[in-house]
Amino acid sequence: MSSIITLSIVQSALELGCIYSLVALALFFSFSILNIADLSTDGCFTLGCAVGAMVTLSGHPYLALFAAVGAGVCSGFVTAFLQTRMGVPSILAGIIVNTGLYTVNIAVMGFSSNVNLFASDTIFSLAKKKLPYSWYADWYKLLLVLVIILVIGILLSLFLSTRLGLSIRATGDNEHMVRASGISPLFMITVGLCMANALTALSGALLGQYQKSCDINLGTGMVTIALASLIIGETLVGKGSMFRRIAGVILGSCLYRIIVALALRMNVPAEALKLVSAVIVAIAISFPYLKDKYSFYRLRKNNRNLFVKEGGTNVGH
Amino acid sequence: MLVIDSVSKTFHPGTVNEKKALDKISLTLADGDFATIVGSNGAGKSTLFNAITGSFYVDEGRIVLGGEDITYCKEHVRSRVIGHLFQDPLKGTAPHMTIEENMALAYLRASTRRHAYFSRISTKEKKKFREQLALLDMGLEDRMKQPVGLLSGGQRQALTLLMATIVTPRILLLDEHTAALDPATADKVLALTEKIIAERHITCLMVTHNMHQALSLGNRTLMMDGGRIVFHVSGEERKKLTIDDLLEQFKVCAGKRLDNDRILLIS
Repeated sequence: MSSIITLSIVQSALELGCIYSLVALALFFSFSILNIADLSTDGCFTLGCAVGAMVTLSGHPYLALFAAVGAGVCSGFVTAFLQTRMGVPSILAGIIVNTGLYTVNIAVMGFSSNVNLFASDTIFSLAKKKLPYSWYADWYKLLLVLVIILVIGILLSLFLSTRLGLSIRATGDNEHMVRASGISPLFMITVGLCMANALTALSGALLGQYQKSCDINLGTGMVTIALASLIIGETLVGKGSMFRRIAGVILGSCLYRIIVALALRMNVPAEALKLVSAVIVAIAISFPYLKDKYSFYRLRKNNRNLFVKEGGTNVGH
Repeated sequence: MLVIDSVSKTFHPGTVNEKKALDKISLTLADGDFATIVGSNGAGKSTLFNAITGSFYVDEGRIVLGGEDITYCKEHVRSRVIGHLFQDPLKGTAPHMTIEENMALAYLRASTRRHAYFSRISTKEKKKFREQLALLDMGLEDRMKQPVGLLSGGQRQALTLLMATIVTPRILLLDEHTAALDPATADKVLALTEKIIAERHITCLMVTHNMHQALSLGNRTLMMDGGRIVFHVSGEERKKLTIDDLLEQFKVCAGKRLDNDRILLIS
């Protein structure tokens, strides 16, 4: 195995897994909790990266993260506004915003399709300078993203048990009951989408600083990838407390990155990766259903054999 | 106090499906009144409830609750002071959230402060919820961390009743809330309903298809047909009324409509 998996491969897979897990958490928020398929994720991820890259370029890598979060909130607000106040169906609202964001993103990057940050300080290069040289010096990137993910994961699970968090969860669970309890589901959808898109944009900004570049096509297929991570996590960890589910999503994202790294090691061409993710998503979503089918098939077969043993005959066999 | 003043509502106006669901209906309920409503399917009973809760805005007329004109008030705003139970026990609770979380959401109505949004369920509130659940005598107080989806229909309906009244509403609307339950559970939920209403002196409107319930519960009985109140009885007169009398009245109202239809068909 050691020839396939090396430590550095696992390390970079974990780094990317942690960064992308923020998008998976965003989808956990919008798709699993609010029950809304937010298709503006692709554009919002690039938006976060573009805004983050431009602010980093001007010499403020920390501020870049907050600026990206702000941009994400705005993007989420527009999506939410379209579906709650303008009567646009939620999937269409996401697609409309996604399309519009392409132009916005190009504009943010100064009407060019990519920006590079090789000359600028990033939060990673600053962290490297701060850390004294020792055995963990090679791990500074992973340490930094781990800290960020841990803080966000804990904050998110705490938030979901506040009354606002409960109201958002109930909105996705039974909108009728929410309205009957004197809570505006429209407001909850707006808050939820703003938060989800803030996470997506933050992920984009982190990735931009991590790979020191931003490209207009960076976000293409992000929804599928994040959905794959989300579903891998939910299938493995199952449903339990919010904290457990959030931990599962992060785990799923890291696992997805390791699967991708393995695929790359096995000489799967990089262009084929999108197909690989699509296949993973299809398998991961259908897995629980197929498992049920299979156990029913087994049960039926066993019962029939029992019946035949007792001297009966089966119809159609 | 609830005042409904000549309220009308027409669905799908100007199309072949046009339906006058409420026809200049007027009704006044004093504080502490408990009225039962009977009527055939399509008489406008649920539409009346939906007009009060604000699922739609009425075409004309006024609805005043506790001295406040709520005719054009948003649904989620007025539902802070209205309790509403449906025939379907699944409608009133969030299945993937725990009993405790469901109750906490219902209790949110009690706080008017905005920053309450960021507060979490306190130990004091947990204790309060536990005490309330114990009153149901269904063993739910020991299952507070379980998702509501695991409860039976009767348990969910009892929980919904508790949630609707956890903060005393200005009016409680019961839309055949025991019709989908087995007879024993229905009796239990009904007894609980009566107890809560009597203890807290809640103003209540209840739809039922059970003529016995219509006369034995509360202090007033209304009969609806074609979006109007066609029969109204209370006090001594109501005490003298038998189920047969009420059924007779029911037939008279339905018959009148049949006659009208016949006239329409002939001419």
